[in-house]
Amino acid sequence: MSPKTLYDKIWDAHVADEADDGTCLLYIDRHLVHEVTSPQAFEGLRMTGRTVRAPDKTIAVPDHNVPTTAGREDPSQMTEESRIQVGALDSNAREFGIHYYPMDDVRQGIVHIVGPEQGWTLPGMTVVCGDSHTATHGAFGALAHGIGTSEVEHVLATQTLIQKKSKNMKVEITGKLMPGVTAKDITMAVIGETGTGGGTGYVIEYCGEAIRDLSMEGRMTVCNMAIEGGARAGLIAPDEKTFEYVKGRPHAPKAGQWENALAWWKTLYTDEGAHFDKMITLKGEDIQPVVTWGTSPEDVLPITANVPSPDDFTGGKVDAVKRALDYMGLTPGQKMTDIQIDTVFIGSCTNGRIEDFRAVAEVVKGKKIKEGMRAMIVPGSGLVRAQAEEEGLADIFIEAGFEWRLAGCSMCLAMNPDQLSEGERCAATSNRNFEGRQGYKGRTHLVSPAMAAAAAITGHLTDIRDMI
Amino acid sequence: MEKFEKLSGIAAPMPLVNIDTDMIIPKIFLKSIQRTGFGKNLFDEMRYTRDGAEIEDFVLNKPAYREAQILVAGDNFGCGSSREHAPWAIADFGIKAVISTSFADIFFNNCFKNGILPIVMPQEVVDVLMKDAEKGANARMDVDLEAQTVTTSDGEVFAFEVDAFKKHCLLEGLDDIGLTMAKEKSIDAFEATASQARPWV
Repeated sequence: MSPKTLYDKIWDAHVADEADDGTCLLYIDRHLVHEVTSPQAFEGLRMTGRTVRAPDKTIAVPDHNVPTTAGREDPSQMTEESRIQVGALDSNAREFGIHYYPMDDVRQGIVHIVGPEQGWTLPGMTVVCGDSHTATHGAFGALAHGIGTSEVEHVLATQTLIQKKSKNMKVEITGKLMPGVTAKDITMAVIGETGTGGGTGYVIEYCGEAIRDLSMEGRMTVCNMAIEGGARAGLIAPDEKTFEYVKGRPHAPKAGQWENALAWWKTLYTDEGAHFDKMITLKGEDIQPVVTWGTSPEDVLPITANVPSPDDFTGGKVDAVKRALDYMGLTPGQKMTDIQIDTVFIGSCTNGRIEDFRAVAEVVKGKKIKEGMRAMIVPGSGLVRAQAEEEGLADIFIEAGFEWRLAGCSMCLAMNPDQLSEGERCAATSNRNFEGRQGYKGRTHLVSPAMAAAAAITGHLTDIRDMI
Repeated sequence: MEKFEKLSGIAAPMPLVNIDTDMIIPKIFLKSIQRTGFGKNLFDEMRYTRDGAEIEDFVLNKPAYREAQILVAGDNFGCGSSREHAPWAIADFGIKAVISTSFADIFFNNCFKNGILPIVMPQEVVDVLMKDAEKGANARMDVDLEAQTVTTSDGEVFAFEVDAFKKHCLLEGLDDIGLTMAKEKSIDAFEATASQARPWV
């Protein structure tokens, strides 16, 4: 048998039907659902008299619209449209009998944090969601990607997706990371290398010593932003850390099945000599703490760099850079560390897990945020929040002047009341620095949690290595 | 789904690279639970001032392009979120085909579900089509899906590739779900085998 990649193996295990031209029906093991991209899909089912084929494999949670401030059960905290959208998910979940974590459930949170936390996401699975950051679940060696609403309806009705296989890309991060460099810096550095379109048509497998050394939380951060590089999905082969993370979670295999599951999971790695269509290698030692300066995640440079000039680019990117610098209010040659920050947002499916908050606490412990700074920390789930409180992290944040919020997507995409105002400049641990992403004319610099924490203290973009 | 066969229309040039789905339809319009009515908010933040006035120099506000049915765009069009509201807004505005050197994966698939044809062409062809689009309302571009060609207003013909299955569905206006449900036996069989092999799933 010819050697296979991890992607090949998961793909092959899920093909329910293959047409002569290679178009496949790929069976879906887990379908995650949130309130923004699902109402039209459920409505489609109703209009055609169809049902949800596998309600036991379908898990819903509201996250995009939900307020993150105390007392959010008060309906006046949401706009009417948000209320309708969350209400539609409530009633669709009930009507179709799918698993559901409503807003007042402690397990509620960002769908990509809840899935792994509850043990829904397991190695070797196919996982989809009407959300591009579904790539997150690839950290478990699950083939996970975002889909549109028509495809949400397709999966609800048939538990399959019509797919053609992507190409294989290997991204290897060799060696060790230097102090102050995190999973976020790895994933952003890779996008800096490939560009936002470099992964289009590929599934990326991240490997190498620096990836193996990451915790599961760190691996989720890396895979989360695979989509920012254009890839359909990111994957990391499961190992002992993965199995350890999964074991004992509410929906993980139980005692009688655990050994069988484990035996299969241990076969989920890329065989020696398997073919990759594209390969990229970065040295872990070369990766520095990075920050974005523009309005695309590929606009990334080390924190020690200066803001680039449109002259540094070619082709269509020249005009895009002019536009980005104008939007961001930056001047070529300006030092990154001179950029003043108004707001710090720590959270999102990229960096809203316990490890991220521990990193923040380490930086801010015993310090105060810069006067006039708006700084918020938004846990990825109610359980992350509870754990951070139990570990005493929340007290450290509150003491330092941070707002300690309830779980949700919050200012990552600003569909709820957490938004930037016009011209406001934010250091954010989220995943997109697009125009208007965090609020109309808001300006976003993407950074790691430690770097966001540092900016909150100093009031400007800061090299975390100067603080450790 | 509406069939796509041939199209003869005005093409609007948008040479900017990395046009993302937040630009195509900002999130404040994602709160609707309908599939229609997004066209007026297509490219909202580029198209209108905060108080709702049209920004004159935005391409779709120019008299020549208000009825555009084709977009010729820069590289990596549709990157970002999976929101199908982006192709819904494009279709609702009346645009039926988008031409670029590359598209983001999820957006590309979403287009086909909504009767929109995304056409990938090499840079030198996109450059020619962009120039043609810049001519404005008197220049109409033709797209023929069956023949897989784009013809400029000067009569220059360029061929494009399209996945055979996606082409078939678009030409016939087929409903994916109906097609898949016709293969229900395969799915049943797969489910039965998989639940034996991986009962924990």
